Amino acid sequence: MRNKINEAHESVGSIEAPEADPTEVKRKVVIPGEVIVTGEDYLPGEGTRRKGEDVVASRFGLAEIAGRSIKVISLFGTFIPRRNNVIIGRVRDITFYGWSIDMDSASSGFLPLDESPRFINKDEMDQFLAIGDVIAAKIWSVKAKGIDLTLNGKGLGKLEGGFVFRVIPSRVPRIIGREGSMVGLIKEKTGCNITVGQNGWVWIKGPTTDAEIRARKAVEFVADKVFVDGLTDKMEEWFTTN
Amino acid sequence: MAVKRSDGRKANELRPMMAKVGVVPNADGSAIFAFGNTIAIAAVYGPRLLHPQHMQDPATGILRCNYDLLSFSVSDRKKPGPNRRAQEISKVTQWALMPVLDLKEFPNTVIDVQIYIIQADAGTRTAGINAASLALAHAGIPMKDLVCSVACGKLDKDIVVDLSKEEEDYHEGEGATDFAIAKVANSDEFSLLQLDGKIQPEVLKEVIEISKKSCEEIYEVQKKALKAVVEQEMGGKAK
Repeated sequence: MRNKINEAHESVGSIEAPEADPTEVKRKVVIPGEVIVTGEDYLPGEGTRRKGEDVVASRFGLAEIAGRSIKVISLFGTFIPRRNNVIIGRVRDITFYGWSIDMDSASSGFLPLDESPRFINKDEMDQFLAIGDVIAAKIWSVKAKGIDLTLNGKGLGKLEGGFVFRVIPSRVPRIIGREGSMVGLIKEKTGCNITVGQNGWVWIKGPTTDAEIRARKAVEFVADKVFVDGLTDKMEEWFTTN
Repeated sequence: MAVKRSDGRKANELRPMMAKVGVVPNADGSAIFAFGNTIAIAAVYGPRLLHPQHMQDPATGILRCNYDLLSFSVSDRKKPGPNRRAQEISKVTQWALMPVLDLKEFPNTVIDVQIYIIQADAGTRTAGINAASLALAHAGIPMKDLVCSVACGKLDKDIVVDLSKEEEDYHEGEGATDFAIAKVANSDEFSLLQLDGKIQPEVLKEVIEISKKSCEEIYEVQKKALKAVVEQEMGGKAK
């Protein structure tokens, strides 16, 4: 009798706690309202919600099931600003207190005068950043009234020379790769300086125009291939033929 | 069935459907949806800053739909531009889609949905809603569910789904009836019920049952279209 109870417990345990291997990530395409997994034990994360027993997707994209936690990553659509995102933007206006930055999202960013790395006279703000200048900045806070930016950080500041183009913002993590491996590879192979903003703007500056164009093609190639299995290897191969 | 359908369909048979996602490259999300000869294209832009500013809502983002029956979509050229009918359909489309959206994350913004009917053969608003629902999902906007929409009607006493223009103009017997319905896919909520004509209260229930089944069929088509776009983008490697 006792044995039977134990067995029952064990079997329940194995259903509720799926093989908790956090390194293994299962991916699948889900549409809004689709049930991703069923079970009380899962933790609904970003882009998901709980509906009774089930965890359902609340947006269209790629569901990632890592152990118990579940989230849905969007594959298309506009940039949604988050704190600590590095973005590339263009100076739209100079106000009395700072710069208004167009960053290709619903609300524009604001870079306060205090955030500039050195003292700037209020009369000479356009000597530091003029209208139309391109900058790399970090999102300091996201509030209902607007987005505050900062320039304190490595690689942030005015981007001089080169050119900027757009990719789909949700592809940016792929372009950057794990700890910057992908963008590092492109930099190394083309000799270009590349900054990728989370808003999907990419800035490239290289020694020659040809190198810049090659780098752009490489970035666009990566952006097209969303589903990566050893994409870094494929990229190495791409550089041998292009 | 007393009256035969002009194209030989069964009473609960929809016209052949076609759905494709990602047809407008410059939009944030887009889709095309067709019921037979009725073809609708929907494009979604945003969330983006809302102008005019007085329409901005600091509590939530808003949805703005625009339905346009293009002048070449019908056999007698339609005078281009907005009219009373287009205004009404834009509004009901917006109401039909709103229950599945949660735009609290995007205060002061707007999501613009443009719906163009490039070929019309009755049921344009329902095709428009289906396309818009796909386009919104494609744009990565948080949604509870998809919306499926279908029009039911009567040929004399018989209930039929997805009327064509010819059937819509069937005036004999009990007269022409057109009943547009939109349903939230995985629930029993209806977000649009529009009746043009006459229907008996007992029959109404039957109509709703039939349309539920049709909506399931439409949902499958929508699901397939959304999954196909990912596979296509990923070179057929999606698992």
